[in-house]
Amino acid sequence: MIEVKHLVKRYGNHLAVDDLSFTVEQGQIYGFLGPNGAGKSTTMNILTGCLAATSGEVRINGYDIFKQPLQAKAAIGYLPEQPPLYPDMTVREYLDFVAQMKRVAKKTRADAVRGVMEKTGLTDVQDRLIKNLSKGYKQRVGLAQAILGDPKVIILDEPTVGLDPAQIIEIRNVIRGLAEEHTVIFSSHILSEVNEICSRVLIIAGGKLVAENTPEELEAQFIGTPALHVTLQGDPEAADAAVQPLEQVDSCEHTDAQEDGTFMLHLTYAPGTSVKSARLALSRALSDAGCLILGIEESKASLEDVFMELISQDTDLTAGAQEGEADPNTEPLEVDAQALLDGTVGSAYDAHEAFDAPAAQPQDAPDETQTPPEAAQSTQEEAHEDAGNV
Amino acid sequence: MLAMYKKELRGYLHSVTGFVYAAFMLLVLGIFTSVISFSSASSHYEYVYYNCAFVFLIAVPILTMRSVAEERRQRTDQLLYSLPVSTAQIVLGKYFAMLTVFAVPAVISCLYPLILHAFDPSGLLSYGAIYTAVLAFLFLGAALLAIGMFMSSLTENQIVAAILSFAVMLVCYLMDQLKDNLPSTSGATMIGLAVLIILFSLLVLLITRNRTAAWIVFVVFEVPVVVISFVKPELLEGMLPKVFGTLSVFERFYVFANGLFDIKALVYFASIAFLFVFCTVQSMEKRRWS
Repeated sequence: MIEVKHLVKRYGNHLAVDDLSFTVEQGQIYGFLGPNGAGKSTTMNILTGCLAATSGEVRINGYDIFKQPLQAKAAIGYLPEQPPLYPDMTVREYLDFVAQMKRVAKKTRADAVRGVMEKTGLTDVQDRLIKNLSKGYKQRVGLAQAILGDPKVIILDEPTVGLDPAQIIEIRNVIRGLAEEHTVIFSSHILSEVNEICSRVLIIAGGKLVAENTPEELEAQFIGTPALHVTLQGDPEAADAAVQPLEQVDSCEHTDAQEDGTFMLHLTYAPGTSVKSARLALSRALSDAGCLILGIEESKASLEDVFMELISQDTDLTAGAQEGEADPNTEPLEVDAQALLDGTVGSAYDAHEAFDAPAAQPQDAPDETQTPPEAAQSTQEEAHEDAGNV
Repeated sequence: MLAMYKKELRGYLHSVTGFVYAAFMLLVLGIFTSVISFSSASSHYEYVYYNCAFVFLIAVPILTMRSVAEERRQRTDQLLYSLPVSTAQIVLGKYFAMLTVFAVPAVISCLYPLILHAFDPSGLLSYGAIYTAVLAFLFLGAALLAIGMFMSSLTENQIVAAILSFAVMLVCYLMDQLKDNLPSTSGATMIGLAVLIILFSLLVLLITRNRTAAWIVFVVFEVPVVVISFVKPELLEGMLPKVFGTLSVFERFYVFANGLFDIKALVYFASIAFLFVFCTVQSMEKRRWS
């Protein structure tokens, strides 16, 4: 459907997209994930022919976007970050204009326009001037424009930014509905959204593809075994001594007992253990040690953690501050899972919590939680430069 | 192209631009008709168009300033780039729309001589001369609108676009008086040409943002001028008025107002129109490479 090979885009000295290659198969929803300034919009602009690449190849439906732009563009519907609307036209006039430009046959044009207005819930405002519409409706007009003419691929750049929660849910439902007949690529920095509607996720950072897989597999691949957080009453040392030798437990840490005698035990399962056998063994060992279990909480890291980990690793790399055996030239999908886990398991829990709070602006989270200050600054500068150039 | 044309035309008619322009043009045409045909009782109706030529100074910026600049400002150029339509078709659609709006008052004015016919029992009006003048007026407009559209494609601010195209219109308008007062000695010519070449190189720099290209343009034009000025200075004598004469767009129109049909001038107008439409296409294409 879409083939991208060794795509490079350079703005002066700034490398916005760095040797990006991926393929997109038909009939799926692809989520394009990355922090601000990662090159998402630039890549999308190149895919849709709005921007020329410095080098590399993009094929849409078998047509090269640079050499056969008209055939390639005929297969694409694009909603840029800022919906490209003519404020002085009514919704229907605008959509009719786009339909004409997309060469929808005259006989079917009125039906096509009516169809997309129904799909995106614009029928009631069809005779209003676009400049008088609210942000949410403008976004819908942009979406309607993209899906008009039934293009095979629909590319949406942050379609839910600036919408209220109800509108976000509506737009997501529209996107989900589109996947039945179209291939959808959409970018976002809202992870839960990607997790929820995408069948595949492409994570890019610093203009490079750092991972590509289904959300579930990404989680499975990077999270490995879940961590357990057990709240206990009793003697911390005894509990530790009882749990350490268990073959189902990989590592174990305990906190000091509090005034009321409770303490916490943080442990990870050994690879390949079933959760049930681990919990049984644990429960038995702890009761033998005279500790009473007050609560068990399992922290299963989510896509958010994968994302944070990949992103922070990337910014670490660019800042030249990486640790351990992480290799800067790591191929996508082969990022050293163990190296990641060393960092993740302890911090996954915190990262998860840190993420929930600023959910409205998750792009800030990497800067606050995991990135060293100079790296954070460089990301922001990149983002700034990017915004200035695009 | 038709879709773009219709959309642009609707844009002119939905905003006040189209009507303000048409009202202004018809007013000016009306004033000169009454002055020339009634007050002066002249049978040379073609002089009306000669006198109306100054309208372009205002009309061209008004009609063209929005065309490309506004697309950029509201980011609708991204829509146009992503649609399966070539840039040339988009630009031509816009160009023909502004040409249509421009032509309507001029075409309406074609009725005036027919009305005047009622007051002209001895048949002094020369319809050939009058309608040739109208034709040249349309061609002149086509050339100037193309220049204005190109100015609009250089910026995303329509006010800047309007000022730019007004400046260019003014230079074109004053050129035929200017060029007669230019010195024609070889030394002055060399300096004058050098200034022109520097300006042109700066324009190239502004458009391409490529220093090498600007330097190449400068060297390619400047070196022969300097060489000639030392080897054969007499060749340069009188060059300056000639060079500026090629830029004198309005002067070629005045020939028609005097009742001559000059096919060379029509070709000249058409070439200018083509050149600047082409430059507009390139300017829009270039933005994708920025």
